[in-house]
Amino acid sequence: MSHAAAIAPRDSDRARAESSLGRRLVTPAIVLMLLVTAFPMLRALYLSLFDYSLTAPDDKEFVGLTNYWTALSDSLFWRDTANTVGIMIVTVAFELVIGFAFAMVMHRIIFARGAIRTSILIPYGIITVVSGFAWQFAFSNTRGFVNGWLPFVSDDFDWFSQYPSSMIAIMASEIWKTTPFMSLLLLAGLAQVSDDMIEAAKVDGASWWQRLWRVILPNMRSAIMVAVLFRALDAYRIFDNIFVMTAGANNTESISFLTYKQVIEQFQLGIGSALSVLLFLSVLVVAFVIVKLFRVNLADARQEA
Amino acid sequence: MTQSVWSKIGTVVGAALILIWCLLPVAWIISLSFKSQEAVINGSPGFLPKSGGGAGFSNYKDVLTDGDFLLAIRNSIVVSLGATLLSVVIATLAAYAIARLEFRGKRFVLTTALVIAMFPVVSLVGPLFDMWRTVGLYDTWWGLMIPYISFTLPLAIWTLSAFFREIPWEMEQAAQVDGATSWQAFRKVIVPLAAPGVFTAAILTFFFAWNDFVFGISLTSTENARPIPAALSFFVGQDPFNRPASLLSAAAVVATVPVVVLVLFFQRKIVAGLTAGAVKG
Repeated sequence: MSHAAAIAPRDSDRARAESSLGRRLVTPAIVLMLLVTAFPMLRALYLSLFDYSLTAPDDKEFVGLTNYWTALSDSLFWRDTANTVGIMIVTVAFELVIGFAFAMVMHRIIFARGAIRTSILIPYGIITVVSGFAWQFAFSNTRGFVNGWLPFVSDDFDWFSQYPSSMIAIMASEIWKTTPFMSLLLLAGLAQVSDDMIEAAKVDGASWWQRLWRVILPNMRSAIMVAVLFRALDAYRIFDNIFVMTAGANNTESISFLTYKQVIEQFQLGIGSALSVLLFLSVLVVAFVIVKLFRVNLADARQEA
Repeated sequence: MTQSVWSKIGTVVGAALILIWCLLPVAWIISLSFKSQEAVINGSPGFLPKSGGGAGFSNYKDVLTDGDFLLAIRNSIVVSLGATLLSVVIATLAAYAIARLEFRGKRFVLTTALVIAMFPVVSLVGPLFDMWRTVGLYDTWWGLMIPYISFTLPLAIWTLSAFFREIPWEMEQAAQVDGATSWQAFRKVIVPLAAPGVFTAAILTFFFAWNDFVFGISLTSTENARPIPAALSFFVGQDPFNRPASLLSAAAVVATVPVVVLVLFFQRKIVAGLTAGAVKG
């Protein structure tokens, strides 16, 4: 009894020292992360309640929730949200399928492994603005090559003159740049599926298709779900490609682009802040839906050991 | 037998498709950068420069003598390297705590990191623009470095804590048994072992900072701090449909060189880092 009592304080001292060191070590990271996100978000929440424009800062006036009402009752907001969700769904679907195919190839390939992995990192590393330019010029009917290469498109077809083809060009650039990232995440998941299990299924007479759907995919489920969550939320923030390729022409604005335009180009900090808050909330909703719908394990996404 | 032949053919075809996928747009922008500006303005469809439409290295000469673009290169290098250095130092401390220590609030750190990693950056542009103008950080290097550090911390922390978990515990304990404090054990034993992980986190952080566009256009207004991606988008006027394509391509190629160099030298580390951050090892 007395022996245990003598030990316990030492243990808890040590635990307390460890706990305090731990907290001290994470403090700078936490402070910086919150300084640049939580604090400005609270500021946006505050500013969103005012009619506040930088072109007339003295006319700042408290208007309550009017800015939110203005944004939510404007069809522009809903059109841009629909665009954003559409881009998110289409690009992530393509990236998942193509990325998985790439991952399968990289998993099996024996020759030129390094060369393949090096080249797959180039789209990942390239500046999105550069990717946007490259694809805009490629789709251009006066200086591009896409029209000449596609058999069913006339040579002078202007991709950027109408909505559907502009969206295709934007999504092409987005998919090109981010598929490699997806494929690397899937490759890591693929490496965790045990070869013995696949071999056993083969011996039991499972076809290639059955092995894929019954053995490989279920066993890398958590890697797929985390990859989808990250990429979907990244796609939801799409901004660079739209800015560079169409600047929002032909109704191709995304919700990020709309927010940027209100704040930075038109200096409407009041309504812009309301849009910022709505953008943040909509990301939370999208994240929640994905986590629930695909039953993503949040501990996986948080990288808990 | 036939099945394995087919699977080999499939792999080879797949590998070829991957190479085309990754390199075709890069080849395209390089090809475009060698077209003359007249040829591009007059309309010059097709992948390769036509005879008489080539420009040699004149686009590159123009770009590398353009004062504004050189300043943008300077800004990008300073801001990206500065943000990388600070982010990695801060993330190393945090990742060590997460991988090695038991403390209350660990979940809070990991949850914060996850939320930041998914944060819609554009929603911060307004308030940061307003705040930075008030405190004098608008259009400065620090004004960009601070958000870059914050937004690269999650990836850096994940990458590093994944590496740290692989480091054998016993060595740290052995050092402590020999009389080292927690801090000495960290500095003398863990840091050298963790150096490769730190390096990987640094490369990924650098990519983020070098790539960023949203903060680059929103929080700068002049050549004082404007980084390369923003400078590219401001290259000529606001008309997105009529840009000096070949000149821009040359600038884009210049801006891509550091990325390609890093990828060529550190391919293994980058792949390890990206996937360590996403899949539990």
